[in-house]
Amino acid sequence: MRKWGLLAAALGLTLAACGGGTTTAGGDGSTTAGGGGGGSRLDVVKSRGQLICGVDGGIPGFSFVDESGTYSGLDVDVCKAVAAAVLGDAEAVEYRRLDSTERFTALTGGEVDMLSRNTTWTISRDTSVGLEFAPTTFFDGQGMLVRADSGITSLEDFAGQAVCVETGTTTELNLTDQMRQLNVDFEPVVFQDADAAYAAYDEGRCEGMTSDKSQLIARRSTLPNPDEHTLLEVTMSKEPLGPVTTNNDSAWYDVVKWVTYGLIQAEEFGISSDNITTFEGTDNPDIARFLGQEGTLGTDMGLPNDFMAQVITQVGNYGEVFDRNLGADSQFALERGQNALWTEGGLMYAPPFR
Amino acid sequence: MAHDSGGRSFDLKAMLRDERFWKIAFQVITLIVVIALLSFFLGNLNRNLLQQGRAFSFNFLRNPAGFSIGESLIRYRPNDPYWRALMVGLGNTITLVAGGIALTTLLGTVAGIASFSKNWLVHKLSRLYVGLVRNIPLLLQLFFWYFAIYGTLPRPVDQISVLGIAFLNNRGVYIPWAGSAVLALLGIAATIGAAIAALYLWQWRTKIRIETGVGGKAQSIALAVLGVVWLGIVVLGMNWTIPSGLEAGGVTGGLRLSREYVAALTALVFYTSAFVAEIVRAGIQSVSKGQWEAARSLGLHAGIVMRLVVFPQALRVIIPPMNSEYMNLTKNTSLAFAIAFPEMYSIATTTYNQTGRPVEVFVVLMATYLILCLLITLVMNQLNRTVQFKER
Repeated sequence: MRKWGLLAAALGLTLAACGGGTTTAGGDGSTTAGGGGGGSRLDVVKSRGQLICGVDGGIPGFSFVDESGTYSGLDVDVCKAVAAAVLGDAEAVEYRRLDSTERFTALTGGEVDMLSRNTTWTISRDTSVGLEFAPTTFFDGQGMLVRADSGITSLEDFAGQAVCVETGTTTELNLTDQMRQLNVDFEPVVFQDADAAYAAYDEGRCEGMTSDKSQLIARRSTLPNPDEHTLLEVTMSKEPLGPVTTNNDSAWYDVVKWVTYGLIQAEEFGISSDNITTFEGTDNPDIARFLGQEGTLGTDMGLPNDFMAQVITQVGNYGEVFDRNLGADSQFALERGQNALWTEGGLMYAPPFR
Repeated sequence: MAHDSGGRSFDLKAMLRDERFWKIAFQVITLIVVIALLSFFLGNLNRNLLQQGRAFSFNFLRNPAGFSIGESLIRYRPNDPYWRALMVGLGNTITLVAGGIALTTLLGTVAGIASFSKNWLVHKLSRLYVGLVRNIPLLLQLFFWYFAIYGTLPRPVDQISVLGIAFLNNRGVYIPWAGSAVLALLGIAATIGAAIAALYLWQWRTKIRIETGVGGKAQSIALAVLGVVWLGIVVLGMNWTIPSGLEAGGVTGGLRLSREYVAALTALVFYTSAFVAEIVRAGIQSVSKGQWEAARSLGLHAGIVMRLVVFPQALRVIIPPMNSEYMNLTKNTSLAFAIAFPEMYSIATTTYNQTGRPVEVFVVLMATYLILCLLITLVMNQLNRTVQFKER
């Protein structure tokens, strides 16, 4: 009995000591935690030697895992570009598959360093949700997929019909807005999982499936009979999609932002992974600065000065990335459209690297 | 005095050896540890939220929600505030819980009793059902019912008609229903009221007959009148609407139970009933064999023995674990979000996604499920009290 009492006493005292320790840690924790939190994600990524990138993983062309577990797509290439810029190795990325409801908590909770995951830039996400949006890597619009033989040709035809949609997305809100404007009483069937939503649409639970057009085109290719489905001639919203970081970490935000811009700028300069070697010792001061042969653009940001050279060598410029994943060289053969450079009538525009 | 206390504190060894000291010390230490942990976690949360520039606040609940919801008990439009959207979710959860508890009790009890059946097939079927369903995760079963069973129903164009009064298609199930929501509530209230009144009348009649050996006729007449009145209300007073199929496919009239609701309800009921069946079986087995034998030796029929002798005694063992099962069912309704049923959890995830306020929304969620479960416990504890032995 006494032995047990002593044991319990020792245990209790240890616990009390731990508890006391915890309180002090919590009490003046603002200094220690502040020291860690005040530092940038950039330092965290550098010291870890790996970038943790949140992706969808289920959208061919944007981020998709194949049978061998390899990730590919436009969003994935943005992750790779950031890893190449920061760590000099495009493969130093750990991908985390996140669905649309968990992505923001994973980011703000620090589970991932950045999102590259079909996230629409909206004001409320930028302000009240506490995110920071890097430049748009894909300009999209919300569309509606229907069966070709359904007889539905416009949104008005959805009166009393069901529409499948993925929750946690801006599409859910846009759809409601559009239908409210048109005064169409429709039935939303809201899934948390995109796979379940497309499955339900495919077996006829819903007349229509709504999402970003690019995603609908990509997903249509995975349906059993892709030819039986068509996209309606409507664009319900503008959907600027791009990488995201959290608020109040401008050092890290700057890195993600300027690497993304760098991809676009590289295409504008005409620098690609094939011809980058020909730009060594170039006479063009803009390009020399861009590639880190002159000035301190990279080191000012806390990166190697030749960060863009690394990105272009390992990942390519924006045009290459687009063509490889969504454009001419892919199964989707999407037009560049709005995603062409501003010099070619598109919206892709990078501020000067100077 | 001072000398006295000084002498005590001096004798530290004796105090440390004293069991009473440690009893109190343990309480104090536990309290300190709990408070320390809580303050650490809450402080951490607060710091992180502040760092992101977002103070803990429920004000967002008053902002317009902006998303639409497929089915709702109360009136809801997309520009209604978030709290109203959450109320819609709560309402949908409650319909699932209410339907689930009623059907689970029925099916579980039947399956539990069936395991004692002398009929080989009934017995084996009951065992097969329990063994199969208990060992498969609920989420899988939800997908199974949603996609594999209700998903294979025909499209509205060639829907299935059941005797012309109910319809099945891949959008849902259409059944006859009261003309308005108020009437439906009235009907349900009348049914519950009549059932309770009938139970009391029956007990009163039995008591009189046991105590006096004669009479009970008045109560029998009252029972009959009650039955007629109830039937009158339900059949004539409800303004029933019968669903009717349209030429082009689809249904008008009646009550539409969405496929999401029906699939969620079926999966939950089948899943929970398997556990309830085991509880009922254990309860019946807990009644000593002597009770059976004594009752049978009086010449009572097996069915009557079960109903009058064994089952009432088994209830003492059955009701407490049933409470847990009902609570499990309540909490498991949150899985229905996977098959697009807009219940509380589903609406809450949409809300926190649109507002970026997971902590606040989860506080609301936790409080809601806690209150639901406490309410169930309250009712079940009352019920439990009525079936316990009354010792005088």
